[in-house]
This record gives sequence, C-alpha cells and structure tokens, in this order.
Amino acid sequence: MDYVIEMVEITRTFPGIRANDRVTLQVVPGSIHALLGENGAGKSTLMSVLFGLYQPEAGTIRVRGRDVRIANPNVANRLGIGMVHQHFKLVHCFTVTENIILGLEPRSGLVVDRKLAAARVRELSRRYGLNVDPEARIEDISVGMQQRVEILKMLYRDAEILIFDEPTAVLTPQEIHELMGILRKLAGEGKTVLLITHKLKEIKEVADTCTVLRRGRLVGTVAVAATSEARMAEMMVGREVNFHVQKGEARPGEVVLRVEQLDVRNPKGLLGLKQLSLEVRAGEILGICGIDGNGQTELINAITGMAPAERGRILFKGRDLAGCDVKRRTGLGLGHIPEDRHRHGLILDFRLDENLVIHGYDRPPFSHAGILAAGPIRSNAERLIAEFDVRCGQGAATPARSMSGGNQQKAILAREIDQSPDLLVIAQPTRGLDVGAIEFIHQRIIAERDKGRAILLVSLELDEILDVSDRIAVLCGGELAGVVAAAATDANELGAMMSGALRRVPA
Amino acid sequence: MNGRGGKLLLPVLAVLFGFALGALVLVVTGKSPLGMFEAMLQGVTGYNVETRAFNARHVGEFIAQTLPIILTGLSVGFAFRTGLFNIGAEGQLMAGSTAATAVALWVPAPPGLHVCLVLLAAMAAGGLWGAVPGYLKARFNVHEVVVAIMMNYIALFLNNWAVVELFHSGDRVRTATFPASAMLKSHALSALTSGSRLNWGFVPVLLSLFVYWFIIERTTFGFSLRAVGFNQDGARYAGMKVKRNTIASMVIAGAFAGLAGAVITVGIFSFGRALPAAEGYGFDGIAVALVGGNGALGICFSGLLFGMLKAAQLLMQTQGIPKEIASIIQGSILLFVAMKYGIDYVGRKLRPAKAWEDGS
Repeated sequence: MDYVIEMVEITRTFPGIRANDRVTLQVVPGSIHALLGENGAGKSTLMSVLFGLYQPEAGTIRVRGRDVRIANPNVANRLGIGMVHQHFKLVHCFTVTENIILGLEPRSGLVVDRKLAAARVRELSRRYGLNVDPEARIEDISVGMQQRVEILKMLYRDAEILIFDEPTAVLTPQEIHELMGILRKLAGEGKTVLLITHKLKEIKEVADTCTVLRRGRLVGTVAVAATSEARMAEMMVGREVNFHVQKGEARPGEVVLRVEQLDVRNPKGLLGLKQLSLEVRAGEILGICGIDGNGQTELINAITGMAPAERGRILFKGRDLAGCDVKRRTGLGLGHIPEDRHRHGLILDFRLDENLVIHGYDRPPFSHAGILAAGPIRSNAERLIAEFDVRCGQGAATPARSMSGGNQQKAILAREIDQSPDLLVIAQPTRGLDVGAIEFIHQRIIAERDKGRAILLVSLELDEILDVSDRIAVLCGGELAGVVAAAATDANELGAMMSGALRRVPA
Repeated sequence: MNGRGGKLLLPVLAVLFGFALGALVLVVTGKSPLGMFEAMLQGVTGYNVETRAFNARHVGEFIAQTLPIILTGLSVGFAFRTGLFNIGAEGQLMAGSTAATAVALWVPAPPGLHVCLVLLAAMAAGGLWGAVPGYLKARFNVHEVVVAIMMNYIALFLNNWAVVELFHSGDRVRTATFPASAMLKSHALSALTSGSRLNWGFVPVLLSLFVYWFIIERTTFGFSLRAVGFNQDGARYAGMKVKRNTIASMVIAGAFAGLAGAVITVGIFSFGRALPAAEGYGFDGIAVALVGGNGALGICFSGLLFGMLKAAQLLMQTQGIPKEIASIIQGSILLFVAMKYGIDYVGRKLRPAKAWEDGS
C-alpha cells in the first residue's frame, strides 16, 4: 500500500531525555490516524518533527513516497502539511478572513482583495460544513469557532495532511461532537488527518488507525475498529486501567451546603445564575454538569466567596455565608479546588512547600506572631508529598512551575483535602491530565466522600460526572434544569437537560 | 540547573558586557580604557596607580555616594516584589528631604533623639508619598506609574516652595544650617577618611537591608506580598488581601525612598536645598533594583557597583576621560540586564525537554 506519510525510525533527544526513540509511523491517505500516548509519551515531539519545528537526529521522513528534509514549517506547508496547535495562533482584533489570508493575501494592484478572499473563505467553509462567518472578529467568536478558523487556515493553504494537537482539550462536549463530524468530512473529501490525543473515546469514535507511544517508544499500531478501548489504554499506560471508578453506595448524612434562590452576576453584569437552589449532604458527591458558561463559574465563585451573591442565601452547616470573605470560609471548613490550576490554584513561581501553606501560612504551626516557621512548612510539604505521591524533582523546594500538570493537581488536592474541610468544591479536577492521574484523583475524591465530606463536583466531562457523582444537578442558562440520581440517568438524558430540551425540576 | 548559579550569572555577564562596551567606546574615540579602570580602582580603594599614593577620602566618598541609591534600590525592589513599578522613588525621596529639613530645623530635641526623629519623619513622608499611588491603584485601578510620575513633580516643587517660604531661605537656594543634633554627619568618620563626606548614614542603610530581607523572606506579610506579586488571582483565591497589600507595599517602598532623602539631607549636606530638577536617585534606584534582582544582597552589591561608577566620574575627568562614559556603562549594564529577560525567555523556548523531565 502507498503511504502518504512515512516516518521511519525517528529519533529525537532533548537534554536528558529521548523524546522519540526509533519511532515509525505510516499513514494511509484519506484516513484519520490517531496518535495516542500519555503526557510526555512523545506524540507532540513526533508531530513537531513532521511539521519541521524540530529536526530528528536519526530516521527518514517520506511524503508521498519521496524522501524529504523538513527544515522548517514553511517546508511543511509547501509539502501540504498543516497543523492546528493546542494554543491557537490567531490575531484577536482581526476578522476571520484577515486571519486566514495573513501572509498569503490575494492582491488586486497594491491593495488586498478582501472580497475575493472572503468569497474563497466562504466557499471553503461551506464545502467542509464549518459554518464560519468570514466577517466576524476573532475576539467575538467562541473557542470552537476559533479552532475552525485554524482549520480554514490550513485548507486555504491547500494542506492535504492536517495535524491536530489535542484539539478537544479546549472544547465543550457539544463542540467536540461537531469537531468529530468535521474530521470525518475532511477525511471523506480525501484529506489525511493526524490526531494527537489521549482520549480513547474520541479515537474510537472517529479514527481508522491508532499508533500508540509510551515513553518515547512505539508500542504498536492497531486498526481501531478491531481494538477495544481497554486494550488501547493498556498499550498506552503499560498496565491494566480501571475505567470505571470503583465506589460503594453513598451514605448521605445531614445537609452541609444549602443554596437558596441564588442570583449571581457574571463579569458582564448579567445574571449568570438565576434562582438556583440545591443542597449537598455529608458523604455524597453532587455533580454539576452543563455546557461551559451556563452558570458553573458563578456558582463556584458565590459559594467560595470569590464573587458576591446578588440575591439569595448560601447556608454552610446552617450558617449564612453572606459577608464572609474567602479566608473566613476556608477557616469554616470549605475547601476549593479551582478550575484554573495555573491562575488560581497555584502561585507558579512559589516553591511547592510555599504553595502547600497558601491558606495556613499566617497561623501556627506555619508562623508565629507574623514570622514564618521554615521547619514546619517544609515538613508539612514532605508529609503531603509522600501521602499524595506528588512527584517533584527537588522535593519541597521544587518550583511549582516545573511540575507536570498531574502533579500540580495532586499538590492542590493534597492541600485542600489536608485541611479536612466539611465541604470540598471541586472544579474540573482532571482537565488535561492523563489516565493514571485521573484514576488517582477520582479515587481520592471518593475516599473523601466515604469519610463523610460533602463534595460539589463541577465538570464539563460528562463521563466524569456520571462516574464519580452520586446525584447530578444540571445547569442550563444559569438555571437548574434538574437534579437526577447518577445511577438512574445516562449521557443522553443529561445532554437533553443541558441543552434545555428537558427539565426535571421537582415541584 | 536554573538555581542560584543561573540567577547570578546573567547580572555578572551584563556588568562585564557593560564595562567592555564602555572600554570599546573609549578605544574608538582614541582614549585609553586603562585610565577608566584606574579611575574606578582609585574610586573604590583610594589607590592611585600612577602616583602609587593612597587616599582614604575616595573610599569615604564612594560609600557616601552608594548609600542613597541602595535605599532607592530597596524602594523600587520592594514594590517590584508585589508586582508594582515604583517610578516614584524620586518624589518620595524629595518628600523625605523636605520632612527631614522641617524636623531638623523646627523640632528641638536632645542629640541622638533628634536625628532619629528626622529619619522617622522622612520615612513617614516618603511612605505618605507612596501611599497615594498605592491607594489609587488599589481603589480605582489607576496605574501607579502615571500617578507616581505626577507625585514626583509635586514633591519637587513643594520642596522648593517650602525651602523659600516655610524655611525662609535667605538666598532662595538653601536653608539655614541644621543644628548638629539633627545630623548624621560625623567628624570622626570624616577625619578617618581624610575629609570625605562619609557619615553615620550607613547605619540606617544596613538596618534597611536587613529589614527588607526579613520582611520579604521571613514574615507572613512578605509571603502574601510575594504571592500578590507573582499571581494576583492566585493570591485572591487564597484569601489574601490584595488591595491592602498593594497599599502597604507602596507605603513601605516610599519609606525606604524617604529615608534616602534624609540620608542625603542630614548626612551629605547640612541644610535643606531647593533644586532646579530631580537629581536622579530614584531612577538610579530602578537600575539598582533591576541589576540586583530585587533581593536584599543583590541590591546591596548593585548599589555598590553604581556607587562606584558615580564616584569614578570625577576621577575620570582628571584623567581626561569624559565623565559621561560612566553613564554609558550604567546604561548599557541596564540594557544587558533588561535583555536578560529576553535571554531567559529564549532559553525557556529552547528547552521544551523540561516537560519530559518532570512528566508524570
């Protein structure tokens, strides 16, 4: 069979690490080829080599049967290879069309022929079902739309081989679904799609072939239709993986958090949360699901004290939280694992031990009369590092910035759980993490439930909500669309409630 | 690999590049760079290579020149640690000078106590001058740089007005001489260094260096200041008082600069002065803080470095080397240090392997 791309025995090393060790990848034209591996397995390096961002130390690359040397991304473009990066490279104050033609502007005389450009963009958008408005400004369109602009950029440059680097990491479930359709359509039109991901479900859904990497080495290439998710996970991790979170029955106790008729304004000044009422009991996990931006952030902010409530009451252990600031709430026994690890969860330039006392630094044993006690701060870190298996090169003194995402999240989890809070508010705990870390974090959350903590889990991943929660509250447009038992519902019902098609609110 | 060694390497390289560039300029203009280095050696150690004579006065002058810029360096550095740019050290220093003059002339107090009151008043005035941009930043999110620049002018002209109108300067340039009890001046120290302007000012400066280090590294207050400086959102999430810290940081920064004003007014001089324009100590402070990496020890050393350049200027002139060469060196060191951030950035970009090293 002829391959459109053959990468043979590619080796690329970085100081102290072999990112790719004699990796071979062969891609059939017109197929969707997934590249699977945990964080750090070498997927992105391999694709960066193909896109000309890195030069391999050994190995050959053939495109359409011809040996090539891809010295830089311009060479890749000329070979018809395009890449959508995880972080988009768009000019925010430009329109869709301006972004797409940037560097390749069609001219009539001395001026850019906008009309011609827009028409071509419109035509491409229609042909591949992308549904993008060529005149819209990037800053005004959703992340999903921005991604489509990146796809259009590749198509506009006549790319035949399209590389997607973790394209679903930033998307909502709805957008993921639409992207899968777009990928199929691209392959149907004869394009070759290379998909970097660590999400098995997506591979199962769209990919034809899957190449698995582990620690820089090729594990194998399999036909997706003939391989189970469990088998692929095993190849990726190197051991059997528990997909289904193991947990016993919840034994709910008294109500720990009661939210009554809560209204919260979002930063735009509009009501992001309307008349919301719910309660969380000790020893249960209440999952909150909804499409991104349907009131989750407002709810978390109001409960944790990051934003004021407009109307309504929040009762924590029977006590009204109105007028309590963040510090007070933490002191009362409210733990918070924030959605954005880097922006809120950690001070990245602090050491790990400093990050672990970010709530308690001004109290004994970590300080006395305003003076920090270095000894207890360090031993606290050493204890939590051991207990939560946080991997960090320099122990307590490791800069938080240098740790991997999974270990950063473990550190935050350790810090919040260690205060033994009565209520844990957890947002997107596993975003961007690999299978091993996800497993660990889910188990710890359930272990806390079994100790009798009340847990409010907010996540955009439906599977996570379904697997981990005991009860599920669905938000739609800032309102409660319903509360259901996790055991008695499924993704379809939740999807219908999230989109507003179904309401199940007890009278 | 990016520990203490890496932090030290870049400023040292920047300094070497700066001197190399200064020497190059001299060579190009047909002068011997040797004379420049001799002037610097003489400025620091008092040893004259050509005459083989030793004059302790140069050492004393060098230290006296260094003291105020270490303090303004601490002022700028302290604000930097909280994520603020204190371009107002100049005005805070001026406010400190005015307050020091007022207390020195008007408040009768016994020796010992008097000079302490002078220093405290200068710190309070500098703190007040810093509080204004701090408060406006915290309350209304007005950029501290804009407010601080305006405050610099207000301080300068307020000082000039006070010298003439309040302190009744006879010649419209200087006030009457302060009583000895108000001054840091010391005949003993001056005599020890063959009549230099060396004074007791090094005592409050050393104390300030210690206090700076102690607040930043050892107190819970410093912990929250650093947290706010690195990541405001993270600090807010942890329940820290971001606004209060912003104001407090500017007040403390202003107090360091205000103290510099007193060290100049009652240490180097013995009277209040009306000035046609700012003397640039505040801007030197920015350079000192940047080169010193905002740490107490670093600021001390970079203060000494820039103090040396200042002290060497006059000596260079006697060697027939234009004193502006010192400014060229100072400017290029700063340029190279600013490039350090660029070098760091490029270094990070070139080290994607890091993700694997720490991968889970």
